[in-house]
Parts: sequence; structure tokens; C-alpha cells
Amino acid sequence: MPEPILQIDKLDAFHGDFQALYGLDLTIAEGEVLAIIGANGAGKTTLLRSIAGLMRNEADQIRYRGRPIGALRADQVAGLGIALVPEGRQLFPSLSVEENLQIGGRVGRAGPWSLETVFGLFPILRERRHQASTSLSGGQQQMVAIGRALMANPDLILFDEISLGLAPIIIKDIYDALPGIVGGGVTAVIVEQDITKALSVSSRVYCLQEGRVSLESASDNVSREEISRAYFGIS
Amino acid sequence: MEWLNAVVQGVLLGGLYALFAAGLSLIFGVMRLVNIAHGDLIVLAAYLGLSTSMALGLHPLLSLVLVVPVMAAIGYALQRGVLNRTLGEDVLPPLLVTFGLSVILQNALLEIYTADPQKLSAEVMETASFSVGGLTLGVLPVLTFVVAVAAIGALQWIFYHTPLGRAFRAVSDNQDIAQLMGLNKAHVFGLAMALALAVTAVAGIFLGIRTSFDPSIGGGRLIFGFEAVIIGGLGSLWGTLAGGVILGVAQTVGAKIDPGWQILSGHIVFLLILAVRPNGLLPKVSG
Repeated sequence: MPEPILQIDKLDAFHGDFQALYGLDLTIAEGEVLAIIGANGAGKTTLLRSIAGLMRNEADQIRYRGRPIGALRADQVAGLGIALVPEGRQLFPSLSVEENLQIGGRVGRAGPWSLETVFGLFPILRERRHQASTSLSGGQQQMVAIGRALMANPDLILFDEISLGLAPIIIKDIYDALPGIVGGGVTAVIVEQDITKALSVSSRVYCLQEGRVSLESASDNVSREEISRAYFGIS
Repeated sequence: MEWLNAVVQGVLLGGLYALFAAGLSLIFGVMRLVNIAHGDLIVLAAYLGLSTSMALGLHPLLSLVLVVPVMAAIGYALQRGVLNRTLGEDVLPPLLVTFGLSVILQNALLEIYTADPQKLSAEVMETASFSVGGLTLGVLPVLTFVVAVAAIGALQWIFYHTPLGRAFRAVSDNQDIAQLMGLNKAHVFGLAMALALAVTAVAGIFLGIRTSFDPSIGGGRLIFGFEAVIIGGLGSLWGTLAGGVILGVAQTVGAKIDPGWQILSGHIVFLLILAVRPNGLLPKVSG
């Protein structure tokens, strides 16, 4: 297995008094596409927010290229090359489409992504660049959210439920863009409710259940039975 | 003609109120912070102008070259050192802390400068005037108004046409997601307060040239500033200018009816507008 880009070691995470993750271990290899599946409340979003620095943890619990980052703030983590496409898109309503993309690029990392290359990936956004981000359709907003994350030229990109609430035809469009994103050697983590979709685009898969890893497998040789057992905790 | 004169003088007075209010408007717009000490910070700027122009023998307007950066630095330090710690889900801590700050500022100014009224002397500029179409306009009120429009215009430009303004708007929209873009919100808030107090410095100097001041007058300036912000609509900078002008006109027209009604009529117009349009004239942010 190639060098891990991210290593998570016995991660506990809390929302107030509620514990969302219990001693979670997880490894992401450089250049892979990793899928994370699990029921609502399994801790998927908490895991991504912890990696991105929106939830602070102990430094050693999350290591990025060997460096402890668990205790860093989100803006510091962003500067290291980790970008999150948040659940529900969460564009900045006061900013136009173009400004949303520009602000994604303000971490100032060098790399292939710029306004031009993002518009190349999602041509519709070029036409809509001066519109308010709230005036776009859900699918277009998701394209902006993805473009905004790409503008940071991340080495590791985290997608949280990018198909949530979108029509199947739009989901297909979004996923069709994925090879253009990860083809350049970017490592990706995809949190997804649609298990078939998750397995088809990833090389490895983790399943979470109630804050713990219930399954870790290569995506192409995992059976439906194993997944439903890991997903629901019943055999 | 006398009524027209009252209206025009009120518009010009509104420029000063807009300067009082611009910093409040900006701070509320970016971080939903209501700064109770804002009026005392205006007075602090006036005293800084007094000390600078006395010590260096400068015209008070020239003292802005020093007072503006000093107030901006105070703003940044205040935000990062104190106010950032009060921001969160609960709206009460920032109110209490800035109220405490207001008390501290007033007493510190009293200790240093005593309660004697002071004034910034701008010499001939204070009384110079010119005539336009039968109206006599003071040079100082006209200059104040022009500076207020320029200051609001500059803030507006910063807000909508610079990367800094983009950062302000992004942090205002969603602090978590803005952090994901590499924005350190503590720093962005510090910059917003620095900018707000830079404008406050200008407000303080023009206040000090226009009228005499003592350490206790901050509260009154805060009320005028608040009223201008609320009339204009929360978070809208041009709205704040409009709010200042409406308040100024209400006061001068009220004073024309009866000199005792000046302040009262301003408050009445404020309450009327609040009753008819609770969100102000040009609201930008809700709640």
C-alpha cells in the first residue's frame, strides 16, 4: 500500500455531551479514492469535519503526511491542502458565483485549478459567473461548491454527500466530472448515501456504524451481505 | 426659505451622524456585534485629536494622519484581545463586555482629561461659509457631509470590490465555511474592527471641531449612531447614510418648529420609521 496521506488514530469526537466517534482508526493512501458509507448519524460528517479542522481534536489523532493536524484550526488545515465540499453545498449567499470560486482560491496554493479550469470542468458556471449563488439550481450550486474547493488546489479533497437532494440526472453529471478531478493525482474521500455510486467510483470503502468502523474493504470485492451487516449491524 | 434652510442644514448634519453610524453598521454587518462602547470610542478619537494637535501644533484635520492609524490599531487589538472571546451563540456577552468597556473608557478619559469641556480648534474653517441660491452653507458642515459620503462610498467599495470585502461578506455569511477557505475569522474580525475604528476616528475629529465635548457625551453619540443604522436598515452602508440624513433633517426641522424639540423630534421620527418599517429602509441582513 502506498504512503498514507492521512492517518486517523483512535479518534473520539463529541457534540456537547453526545459522543459521535469512538476510537476510530482510518487510513487514506496517497492518490486513492476512498468511499465512506453508513447510515444517518453514523458519524460520517463528524469525521470529515474533524479532518477539516471544524471540530478540534487532539493533535496526534489526525496526521497529514506524518504531521499532527488534529488540533489545528480549519483555516490552517486548508492551507496545508485539505479541502472540504460541505454537506448541503453551503455557498456564500452574499457572494456571486465567481466570487465564491475566487474565495476558494485565496489560500494561494499553486496547482492546475483556476477560474478558467473550473469553468472548463463546469461550463455552465461561466455563463452564470456574475449571478448570485443563490439563484442557481441545486446541481449548479453543487458545481460551485466543488469548484470552490478545487480552487484551493488541494492534495486531499473531501466530498460530503454531494448527491444529496439532487435529481438522478444531475447526480450523473456531477459524478461524470469526478475523473477530471481525481485524475490529476488528487486524493479524494467521498461520503455518500448511494452505496452503488460510492462503490463504483472508489477503490476502497469504509462503513461506519454508530461512530465506529464496521467494515473496511476493497470496493470491488465487497458483497451486498457484508455491507448490509456493516450498515445495519444485523446479520 | 427658512424651512428649506432647515432641511439643507439637517442633511449636512446627517453626514456627521452617518460618520458616527458607519462603524457600528460595519461591525454589525460583519460579526453581528453590537458595540455599546462605540460612542465612547468616538469621544476617545476626539481626545486623541486634541492631544495630537496640541502636542504637535497641528490643525485638527491634519491630526487625522495619526489618529486614524492609532484608532485602527486600537480596534484590531481590542477585537483580537477582548471582543473575539465574547462572540458566540449567546448575544449577551458582547453587550455586557462593550458596556463595561464604555464605563472604563469614560472614566479613563475623565481621569486623564478631567470633565472640562474641550474643543478642537479649526480656526477660520469653523465659521467660514458660502452662499448658494440664497442659502448660506457652512464650510465645515459641507466638508463633513462630503467626507461622510466619501467614507461610506469607500467602505462600500471595499466591501464589494476587494478581496478583503469578499472575506468580510463570506465570514458574515457562514463563519465555519469561511474558515474552510483559509480565512482566520479572528483576524478578519480584527480587520473589520480596525476599519470601523478608522472611520470612527474621522467621526471623532469632526465631532470635536463642530461642538465641544467632554468624557460623558459618548452615550448620546451612540444613540444617534444606532438610530441612523436602524433607520437605514441593518448592515446596509448607503442605508446608514440615508438614516443619518433623515435623523439630521428631523432634528433641524424639529428645532425650527420649537428649539426645544430638536432631539425629541429625531427620536420620534426614528420610532415612527421603526413602527412602519421595522427592518429599516434598505435592510441587508435579517435579525
